[in-house]
Amino acid sequence: MVEFLSLKDAVTKYLKSGDSAAFEGFTHLIPHAAAHEVIRQGIDELTVIRMTPDLIYDQLIGMGLVKKMIFSYAGNPGVGLLRRVRDAVENGWPRSITLEEHSHAALANAYEAGAAGLPCAVFRGYLGTDLQRVNPNIKSITCPFTGEELAAVPSVLPDVAFIHALKADRKGNVLIEGILGVQKEAVMAAKSSIVTVEEIVDDLDTHMNATILPHWAVSAICEVPGGAHPSYTQGYYRRDNKTYIDWDTIAVDRGKFQAWMEEHVLKQDPGVFADRIKGLEVTQ
Amino acid sequence: MSDLDFTPDEMMAIAASRALTNTDVCFVGIGPPSAACNIARLTHAPDITLIYESGTIGTAPDVLPLSIGDGELCDTALTTVSVPEMFRYWLQGGKITVGFLGAAQIDRFANINTTVVGDYEHPTVRLPGGGGAPEIASSSQEIYITMKQSKRGFVEKIDFFTSFGHGEGGDHRARMGIASKGPTLLITDLAIWKPDPVTKELTVVSLHPRTTKERVQQTVSWAVRFSDDLQETPAPTEEELSVLRALKARTAAAQAGNKVETA
Repeated sequence: MVEFLSLKDAVTKYLKSGDSAAFEGFTHLIPHAAAHEVIRQGIDELTVIRMTPDLIYDQLIGMGLVKKMIFSYAGNPGVGLLRRVRDAVENGWPRSITLEEHSHAALANAYEAGAAGLPCAVFRGYLGTDLQRVNPNIKSITCPFTGEELAAVPSVLPDVAFIHALKADRKGNVLIEGILGVQKEAVMAAKSSIVTVEEIVDDLDTHMNATILPHWAVSAICEVPGGAHPSYTQGYYRRDNKTYIDWDTIAVDRGKFQAWMEEHVLKQDPGVFADRIKGLEVTQ
Repeated sequence: MSDLDFTPDEMMAIAASRALTNTDVCFVGIGPPSAACNIARLTHAPDITLIYESGTIGTAPDVLPLSIGDGELCDTALTTVSVPEMFRYWLQGGKITVGFLGAAQIDRFANINTTVVGDYEHPTVRLPGGGGAPEIASSSQEIYITMKQSKRGFVEKIDFFTSFGHGEGGDHRARMGIASKGPTLLITDLAIWKPDPVTKELTVVSLHPRTTKERVQQTVSWAVRFSDDLQETPAPTEEELSVLRALKARTAAAQAGNKVETA
């Protein structure tokens, strides 16, 4: 049954060293505040899963908290490469990490299979690519009806899923609108789930086919206004593209990166996110 | 030739936009493909369906998105579906007429690498990876590619097969059990290329204005084949250029307007 917790308490309660964790969000609703709390608590030896690792995985990896990353596109979209991920992969700094690399189609299917309680996902993919040569978790299966050879990958079954959503009501039902990504699937596939929201309201005030996570399908809800920044929350604030662009010049240098993390993450608390969205608010 | 002044990048985006039609359902890659697709929508193909892998279907952004999931895409879309639905029903289900991709490395048979430069385990450069491209390349009815020419990008042998084009050429796609056409068009800053109907080797069919065969060859690592019927790409029209420049200006203004001080 869902609990309303502070982000600090939720992370302490559910995420342990050595766990697998999916911080999902597809450009929209990326759970930045939650990842920063994990970094402050120094929870390490993590296996992190995400279709589109961006700044928060650059930060988790740069801080040495990750041993393995399962992913399908690791970049700063529209800007370039992830400098801290590159440094870990190319130079083993601050530690080497294991990569399990997929395509988007594979991971999207794998999350859905996890949510559906299946051991693996079956789809038409990886035709002629080298990914199956470097990733032993990409296999094939023959359709028993047509004989077609299809790709198979293991389901994604995280210990903990972290997502950010628009709002929750006082019972803990959660509303997601806009670009949905794989967040619903990630929560349903995970053993536990922590959802940060912009606000907690009396009534979700939505329509009959809205994407809702019922309160009994979520472990913890934390009210963190601005918690997706520099990502965005539909109807609340815009994506802070400039911060994404600026990140490249911070992350390129180990010393600059560490100083930035000290100042903007380690010395802070989730309350700072409300200030970070000032000037980006959407007027409704 | 038109006496309008334009850059090779502008010519690339405009030539790429001309390949799209009003009835296309186009899966749009970020960067150069996104610019081309939106110029098409704002000029000759107002009813084109643009789809971004973040799940936005029938999107009509006023500014070019920085990422594949900017709010602008969702705000202007006909509908937004989940990412699993996007890849399962719309892409794998065969609903996409054109997949429009960019690339870091390409070879003469239009195979694409966006994964690593060098060895996979010990890469010289770790690139972002495939994202949606491996299955866009096999499940879209056909593929257009747009990228700038350079010896670093146009290589004899790609370091990693992220997305299968025509493999070793000829009927290699069919032998791999891939039913779709694969890459049928490559638009660069210098030329338009199409695969030879039989060998599938990329062949220059049209040179952009003010470009020479020598210049094309200087930016490609293999011996380039030119069509016997080599054309000159029509220069951008005044309308095409003004639409592209206005789009770029709106995009730059929107990004500058996002400036905030972080704590």
